[in-house]
Amino acid sequence: MNAVLKIILQRLALGVLTLFIVSIVIFLAVNMLPGDFAEAILGQGATPEAVAAIRRDLGLDQPLVVRYWDWLSGVLQGDLGNSFAQANFSAFVGSESGGNAGVAQQIAPRFANTMFLAGVTACIAVPLAVGLGVLAALYRNSAFDKAANVFTLSSISSPEFFLAYVLILFLAVLNPMLPSLSNIYPDMGIAERLQKTLLPALTLTLVVTAHMMRMTRAAIINLLASPYIEMARLKGVKPLRIITHHALPNALAPIINVIALNLAYLITGVVVVEVVFVYPGIGQLFVDSVKIRDIPVVQACCLIFAAAYILLNLLADILSILSNPRLRHKR
Amino acid sequence: MTALLYILAALVILLALGWLARFVGQKATGNKPLFRDMPLAVAFGYVLGAAIVIAGIWYYFQPVTTEQGTPDAGVTFFHWAVHGFILAAIAAFLFRLLGRHVGTAGSKKLFRHMPLTAAFGILVIILYAFTAIFAGVLAPYGQEEVFAQVNALPGGDASVGGNPDHPLGTDQIGRDLMSRLIYGAQNTVGIAFATTLIAFLLGGSLGFLAATIQGWLDQVLSRVVDVLMAIPSLIFALLLMTIASAWAGSQQWLLTVYMVVIIAVIDSTRVFRLARAVGMNIVVMDYIEAAKLRGEGLGYLIFREILPNATAPLLAEFGLRFCFVFLTIAALSFLGVGIQPPLADWGTMVRDLAQFINFAAFSPLTAALPIMAAGAIALLTVAVNFVVDWMLQKSSGLKE
Repeated sequence: MNAVLKIILQRLALGVLTLFIVSIVIFLAVNMLPGDFAEAILGQGATPEAVAAIRRDLGLDQPLVVRYWDWLSGVLQGDLGNSFAQANFSAFVGSESGGNAGVAQQIAPRFANTMFLAGVTACIAVPLAVGLGVLAALYRNSAFDKAANVFTLSSISSPEFFLAYVLILFLAVLNPMLPSLSNIYPDMGIAERLQKTLLPALTLTLVVTAHMMRMTRAAIINLLASPYIEMARLKGVKPLRIITHHALPNALAPIINVIALNLAYLITGVVVVEVVFVYPGIGQLFVDSVKIRDIPVVQACCLIFAAAYILLNLLADILSILSNPRLRHKR
Repeated sequence: MTALLYILAALVILLALGWLARFVGQKATGNKPLFRDMPLAVAFGYVLGAAIVIAGIWYYFQPVTTEQGTPDAGVTFFHWAVHGFILAAIAAFLFRLLGRHVGTAGSKKLFRHMPLTAAFGILVIILYAFTAIFAGVLAPYGQEEVFAQVNALPGGDASVGGNPDHPLGTDQIGRDLMSRLIYGAQNTVGIAFATTLIAFLLGGSLGFLAATIQGWLDQVLSRVVDVLMAIPSLIFALLLMTIASAWAGSQQWLLTVYMVVIIAVIDSTRVFRLARAVGMNIVVMDYIEAAKLRGEGLGYLIFREILPNATAPLLAEFGLRFCFVFLTIAALSFLGVGIQPPLADWGTMVRDLAQFINFAAFSPLTAALPIMAAGAIALLTVAVNFVVDWMLQKSSGLKE
């Protein structure tokens, strides 16, 4: 058990290191902007005094390393800085300068919404994908397997918005069963919330299920070629029992890996889908901020997405170590 | 909720029917192994498949117009889908037949064992390439040409607000949609192709270099690539596009150039990984050792020894990479930060035409416009994936 702990600690340390370096990359990328934030906020008619004032306000007159350290320590304490758009707005209205325009307050509810969407998607997609993958492996090279192959390949390679609009056309416009706009409020009942989330969740399910199902199928078929499966077959064990009792326990590691990887993929897919359905999640906020060049929000969203991506990959790594006895006991 | 109950009831009935069908089959054939050993789930699958096919046929022969005289959009779309599917299958079949009888001995042999999906993929790729190259000749008007009639409905029926001159109608500022759809092939596919080429030149050469020289260069490049790959590519691209849009200022075309560079660099990291891995396997071969002892230079080693042996996996990767790049560019354009107007491009078109989808009940063709632009993207990536899938299966020699 000690060896496992060591491997896991190693992976964890590596993950934290990656996260740290990624934060540096994001910070440096943002600092490649021409001119600086102050000029960007004030526009062309800015007086030098105003620029200097804002620069001091935002701490832009500090050297790069100090600013990075300030930003990082702020992020670690949950302070993601102030949004430009909000700061602009509050200055315009005449309230105290950027007092409560925190990026964190803006992101927190949207982050919860996105997690809800991802959670609903995972609840539908994971059992569906694993079940269909096992079936496809069981009846490989049958008509079902070939049809599933063509279908999954098509749905993987279609852009998310194509699937989204096809679903809108059939499930919202022609047969008005589900709303095509997912406007979600904080004080909404769970049933109504679920109904409004279902269409974006279904779109994501189509993309993710296809991936997961193909990988599950490949993982199981890979195992079915091994000698101990051959032995079970010769013994006269039924095909379904071979899969559930002999193949699945050993295929668990790759399947868990596949699920975690696809949840990581979900993180990227969520951006486009949220924009299509006007779902108030973090992806939509990200795209909106990119368009108006609201740097602190872009920076924060990017960091959150990257962190989620890295953490899920890390989780996949650790779970596959834990679930595979051959990785635990080194020869 | 009631719809769910109906579906559930139908499934239970189908399960019973499946059991019945198996029972009848066992009795009728005198317990042939096919029916004797059939699990209930398989019988259910057969019955379910048959039910879906029968429902499809029944739906296909529903009237195209409702009692009120308006077109029934659901049936119309189903007709288009079925016709499209059948036409595609016939075209792919004929194309494969053509390939089996025309051409060199090698290409004939290639076509003989080709699945229909791969033939379809190759046919679609050829058609797209043709459209992209001859877009200027095929399109009835220029992509930036603005006409007086804005928002003309597709179909060319003047009595309902169409215009025979514009078979697919015009957009919000009066540009011919058909021309823009055709030019979209040139812009979207062309830019994606150029981006993929740059990504391969960059990632491939650096990967081979790392594999041949190794040492600190390999270490540095690999660590940089590791970091860049830790950020999801679409997110990273969006971040960099924010900065690029500040650099480009008001010059829109510059932004498109920046996008090509950004996506090429992000995707070259994936190419680097593969090229390095393939290269590593090749540099340990004896003939590389021999070439080194002969005193050959670095360029000779990479281009004359490693590259020819790495072509097959790189070619398959090129197809997949192209799909990723194409989809990323389409997604960026759809989000409004990709290919910039006035260039016609499919991703932007989907976003601009998206509202038309709500008119499906009145004019199916109008509602199909955004689906057409999005489908044009989907069709190409599906086609490339079909071909790559077949190539990978062929090269790995998998029979099962």
